[in-house]
Amino acid sequence: MTLDVLRVHDLLVYYDTPAGAVTAVNHISFGLKAGERLGLAGESGSGKSTLALSILRLLKPPGRIAAGEVWLDGVNLMTLSEEDMRQVRLARIALIPQGSMNSLNPVMRIKEQLADALQDHGVRLSKRDVAERVRDLLQWVGLRPEVADMFPHELSGGMKQRACIAIAISLRPQVIIADEPTSALDVVVQKQVMETLARLQKDLQAAVILVGHDMGLMAQFVDRLGVMYAGQLVEVSPVRDIFTQPLHPYTQMLIASLPSLEQKGTFRGIPGLPPPLRTLPPGCVFHPRCPHAVERCQTEAPLFREVRPHAWAACHLL
Amino acid sequence: MTTLLEARHVTKLFSSGLLDRHATVALEDFSLVIDSERPSITAVVGESGSGKTTLARLLLGLVAPTRGEVLYQGQDLQNMSHTTWRAFRRDVQVIFQDPYEVYNPFYRVDHVLTTPVAKFKLASSKAAARALIAEVLQAVGLRPEETLGRFPHQLSGGQRQRVMVARALLLRPRLIVADEPVSMVDASLRATILGALRTMHLERGISLVYITHDLATAYQISDNIVVLYRGSVVEAGDVELVVKQPHHPYTQLLMSSIPLASAERTWTTDSGTSTMGLQAAESAGCKFADRCLRATSPCLQAAPPLFHTDRYRAVSCYLYQSAPALAVTEMGKAFTGPAKLSHGDGM
Repeated sequence: MTLDVLRVHDLLVYYDTPAGAVTAVNHISFGLKAGERLGLAGESGSGKSTLALSILRLLKPPGRIAAGEVWLDGVNLMTLSEEDMRQVRLARIALIPQGSMNSLNPVMRIKEQLADALQDHGVRLSKRDVAERVRDLLQWVGLRPEVADMFPHELSGGMKQRACIAIAISLRPQVIIADEPTSALDVVVQKQVMETLARLQKDLQAAVILVGHDMGLMAQFVDRLGVMYAGQLVEVSPVRDIFTQPLHPYTQMLIASLPSLEQKGTFRGIPGLPPPLRTLPPGCVFHPRCPHAVERCQTEAPLFREVRPHAWAACHLL
Repeated sequence: MTTLLEARHVTKLFSSGLLDRHATVALEDFSLVIDSERPSITAVVGESGSGKTTLARLLLGLVAPTRGEVLYQGQDLQNMSHTTWRAFRRDVQVIFQDPYEVYNPFYRVDHVLTTPVAKFKLASSKAAARALIAEVLQAVGLRPEETLGRFPHQLSGGQRQRVMVARALLLRPRLIVADEPVSMVDASLRATILGALRTMHLERGISLVYITHDLATAYQISDNIVVLYRGSVVEAGDVELVVKQPHHPYTQLLMSSIPLASAERTWTTDSGTSTMGLQAAESAGCKFADRCLRATSPCLQAAPPLFHTDRYRAVSCYLYQSAPALAVTEMGKAFTGPAKLSHGDGM
């Protein structure tokens, strides 16, 4: 039995708005095993990116972590000082951000950005050793050594994403959070980048949280998948189960909404819209769109519990 | 057969500066016919840089072709009378990729819906206009009371895009050119929007040119598909054939790269192509040759024509040179007729 490398407990995140606080992450708990690939899937507004940023304590106002714990190797990240947290980031838990185009500094060469990350985390190396380290990192992510001297605008989208991955793994973190790392890339390049990430993850024996909306990418990459809806985790199951025997009605309908390449006319949208986070419905958040909802669903919020071995869901009907 | 819109030998070059000798070929010798009597759904699929957005802009007359012409009912878009232009503007509607830049941030979203109603006199009264607008908003899964009166920044990208689809539907056009209409929309709503477009096609006979990078939605919605690679058609024909048994090495690479949303892991550990990033120099030959595992010397000499490999498919690759060649303007010969449409789907 592998121990959890990361444990999120009862995390509650608000966005403060003039009209009051909006619950973006609604009492979420889950564990991440060492070397595991966990997916967090959800539609826009489901809170998946907010959850990822909250774990890293990178959420900016009006976002606010109201309660909860995030344990990484025996330390509750929520109790660390700002400076201690800054040191943990990258060294122990790193982010591959969404939209690599915007996360690199446009006026710094790639090697300077890599060296910057190392130096900021107390890695003291001679100029020559830094150059060598940069070359190794670039090679590791499948980039040619010449890229070190280039500026971001000289790189293609896939190359920029690889540069971001190089920064993220530069201090060999135990946990990598990848927030839609390939959403701006073409499918052929996406596959190559994800293959690179998979290889690095194995080399580092790191755990990965992949955040995204592309269920295909989840199916092909992760071991376990968490499905989010309106700020809540409605199901966490082994990824195969999600596609063969999804538990939660939302997961079932989400799977049915995916266009297949096997058979025409096999996908169906989910009627209705996600609820506005400001005024969540009472009871189960999915009940207004759920075809199986019963009276209890309208009044009582279902508990998130283990329905089958390793498969957790929050639904009264299970 | 009368044509509604036709692209004939269209080439579009982009060059930067007066003396730039290295013009970028965005689209090369492209031809496509949209019939006015037999409505069709044609998907144009390609990755970024394949020229698919340039094609959309050419079909809409927003940019002029460098060579060749785009004809609306036989008249060149670049040289059309004001009256014909007005008819074209109503008959041919567009849904763009980025739903942000089409809005004026100072106007409420209602503006993009009320303007066409007024300009084209679509409603006889204010109440009728409101009812019409409410109907199209509901068709794309939006609640009118939560949408109207808002400013663009108050809506999500998906919501903004659905307002654009609603706007196109409002005008009851004969052709909609949709450039990545659902790439910024969530999965559960994608089906709703594509379903709305398909319903418009089936019930009102609107043709659709569906431009996308997503083969799965292209497969679901279209009858025929055109696969572009760096400005050239590599494979075209019946979507069932092209998607189920891709012939061109590029189509095959594209298909094998798609992360399938199923319990089966289809991604292998090695994709077989090593070329990353930087684009190869322009050559006279096949544009895919530098990435193709099956390229031989003829591929570098001259670009392959379309070979008519099956009744409903044409492939631009020398692997199929035993099949008869088709002129680019004859690509339509490899398309299935609308009779093959299956109507009883659940979208």
